[in-house]
Amino acid sequence: MNDEASGSTPILQMQDIRKAYGSVRVLEDVSLELGAGEVRCLAGENGSGKSTLIKVLSGVVRADAGQVRLHGRRLSSDPMAAIAAGLSVIYQDFSLFPNLSVWENIGFLRSVTCEDVFHRRGARRRLAVDTLRRMQVDIDPDTPVEMLPVASKQLVAIARALANQARIIVMDEPTTALTRSEVAHLLDIVETLKKDGVSFLFVSHKIEEVFAVCDTVTVLRDGSVVMEGPIGAFDAGRLVEAMTGRSVDSQRLPREQSPPQPPFLEVSGLGRRGEFVDVNLALRPGEIVSVVGLLGSGRTELAQTLFGYMKPDAGRIEIDGKPVAFGDQTSAIAHGIAYVPEDRLTEGLFLSQSIADNITVSSLGKSTSFGILGAAALLQRARAAVQNLRIKTPDVTPAVATLSGGNQQRVVLARWMEHDPKLLILNGPTVGVDVGSKRDIHELLVSLSRSGTSVMVVTDDIPEAIALSDRILVMVRGRITASFDAAAVDEDTLYNEVIREDRT
Amino acid sequence: MSPLARIVATPQGIVFLVAVLFALVLGFLNPAFFTPSTLLDLARNGLVTGIFALSVMLVLASGGIDVSHTAIGAFAMYATMKIVLGIDMDLPIIAYFAVAAIIGAGLGLINGVLIGGLGLNTLIVTLGTLSFFRGALLTFLGTTYITSVPREVIDFSRTILIRIENGVGQMVSLPASFLVLVAITIALSIVMNFTMFGRKVYAIGGSEEAAQRIGIRIKRVKVLIYVIAGAIAGLAGMTHVTLSRMANPFDLVGMELNVIAAVVLGGARITGGHGTVLGTLLGVFVITMINTTLLMAGVPSYWQKFVIGCLIILGTGLPIVFDRLAKYRRRMARPLNA
Ligand SMILES: Nc1ncnc2c1ncn2[C@@H]1O[C@H](COP(=O)(O)OP(=O)(O)OP(=O)(O)O)[C@@H](O)[C@H]1O
Ligand SMILES: [Mg+2]
Repeated sequence: MNDEASGSTPILQMQDIRKAYGSVRVLEDVSLELGAGEVRCLAGENGSGKSTLIKVLSGVVRADAGQVRLHGRRLSSDPMAAIAAGLSVIYQDFSLFPNLSVWENIGFLRSVTCEDVFHRRGARRRLAVDTLRRMQVDIDPDTPVEMLPVASKQLVAIARALANQARIIVMDEPTTALTRSEVAHLLDIVETLKKDGVSFLFVSHKIEEVFAVCDTVTVLRDGSVVMEGPIGAFDAGRLVEAMTGRSVDSQRLPREQSPPQPPFLEVSGLGRRGEFVDVNLALRPGEIVSVVGLLGSGRTELAQTLFGYMKPDAGRIEIDGKPVAFGDQTSAIAHGIAYVPEDRLTEGLFLSQSIADNITVSSLGKSTSFGILGAAALLQRARAAVQNLRIKTPDVTPAVATLSGGNQQRVVLARWMEHDPKLLILNGPTVGVDVGSKRDIHELLVSLSRSGTSVMVVTDDIPEAIALSDRILVMVRGRITASFDAAAVDEDTLYNEVIREDRT
Repeated sequence: MSPLARIVATPQGIVFLVAVLFALVLGFLNPAFFTPSTLLDLARNGLVTGIFALSVMLVLASGGIDVSHTAIGAFAMYATMKIVLGIDMDLPIIAYFAVAAIIGAGLGLINGVLIGGLGLNTLIVTLGTLSFFRGALLTFLGTTYITSVPREVIDFSRTILIRIENGVGQMVSLPASFLVLVAITIALSIVMNFTMFGRKVYAIGGSEEAAQRIGIRIKRVKVLIYVIAGAIAGLAGMTHVTLSRMANPFDLVGMELNVIAAVVLGGARITGGHGTVLGTLLGVFVITMINTTLLMAGVPSYWQKFVIGCLIILGTGLPIVFDRLAKYRRRMARPLNA
């Protein structure tokens, strides 16, 4: 793509960074350089140390050895110093203030760097409004961040980094919750800023994005740099192989057709005012159905309604041919339904509790005999789940907070699989999961479905829907507008159907 | 929604309404209740609670909790009187308040260093210092009432802002020390809304980790929070002296739960990040009104606790109910096909 960067002197150098948590070595002699106007991709599997490297760079985590140099000067391990030197970070977990308004969140970083004494409301609000406009997103700047859906929170986190006139912008998986058009705007902005000499360190598990925007790549595996070079030297297969150490297929998963069975759950004329209307759908054992739609199309609300999280206004739900009305999640769970939510941080995990507790918490009944919990049995189950989903951790006792983002996602999956559900509903099951493990999770879901579980996947990841499902339903503005046989549809057809807005 | 309806639909609005309804019932039972003098009574009775409440609001907004404020107030009050009587000099009344504020700030610094500097849990630290400050006061400074307060204090306490006659011919007055509350209200409003320090307090209350990551010096901000809270508590102690015209080392400690209740009723959340100056004053007003009116109506004092408990549950539960209702309304307002 653009090679002007490689000749100039680097503005950022990280040299021989080393970091261990206890006996777990997370980073081993990692070195990395970034030139002016360069976009470098930091690639690696879940738990390979990307976020940790970023936290060392931004001064949030102190490295055991090695140094960071910005503009040739050594940077002390202090967030303030890094920000003052022109570094902005979009953290994987956003790191926003839920209680403050959108504009104040966006403007806060600037106020801190300017060492303002007074709160300059007018100026900061204008800065935020301008930044949001530049990103072409429509978020009310006065809403408190806690009221926003995940995707908007992510956009606010991006806006905050962009607003600060940084010279180096680090993006740790900035697009996990965004739609294609939002991603496209973001990549446009990156291109523009790049022309002004702003450098980027970009982490993403979405391979197309990496190829669309990056000039150079550094691949981490188990905390060491295993490969590095201009993006031109890579193709998708080679990059994935460098990350995972094996080659990973992205084709549709092979599977045997299961014989048609009566539906486990059937829905007719289901509607909820303002969210979705007249939904008809049958979920059968041995079949994976994907519901694909844009954010706000009602896909999440539909899934949550099937899990008893909300009540429908119209229509009926039948399980095994008998009509049911879920009062709440508990009764849905009692009927054998499990739901993996999209926002794992707020809806799913107890971050400060151990991995084992998080996995077994909602299925304690399984290890109970005469009302007494079998601790050993619980541990064993948790260990089996960790192995099954290849969660990267030395043991099941550390807190979930110590896991990498993608591995936290797997803990949520593990918990619901522990239920042996009859129907498993997953909302964005592989958000933030690396390509290799994404494939593993898909394989796991296919084998789960072949063993007689109904699986429903809600996603906006079109390749995922095609690779994984048997049947794909498209949801547009609260209606199911099309149904495809996943084996016979291609990405473009599906995409055009998904973005079709004006069909009533 | 009309502006009035929107105000009423906030949790504080509801708390306020319930309290007003309550007053109406009492007013019906006791017509003397609806006179301007009652308002003065309330202002006077809620004065010290109000000042304490502002100090606690600052701490709650940052995600902490401070139960030691009353001990700081009592210590500052008694120590100030001791010092002034000891040096035996004519000082203007403002100097008394300054000394009390400085002593309060010093004690607050101890909280601040333990919480901000060493990163200890705020409830544990302030529970500890509550008993430490009180113990130190009674052990080292004395246990006797100081009844011969200097004449500046007497003069100040006789300075009256407003005086009116109530229904039964007694004079009810608003003392000048009410101005202390007014001054702190204005100053704290400015700090919380117009300075970066105030915004950083809310930021830390919202997410400490996020605050650290954008370069806020958390330790410094926290130390300053407890110093300011301590100074305000010191002022509350001094205000108490000017109201009672004596310094009783056994006073004040014991009212901390009442103060925290007022702050929570005013919209601050124990989980941090929320709380406003005006909301806090509203909370104090409601609590004082309930206490005062029940007292006037001759209702046993354990009823006061019961009623306040109900209000706290209402005040904390209602935001959730309103949130749901608002979401429901928004959904219903959308067209049928989403
Ligand atoms: N505070 C901590 N205590 C112990 N271990 C930790 C801590 N933080 C991170 N780790 C470990 O360090 C390793 C690297 O984590 P990191 O978050 O850097 O991964 P990552 O490459 O960002 O992965 P992902 O793609 O899933 O976000 C993981 O194995 C994780 O368990
Ligand atoms: Mg990460």
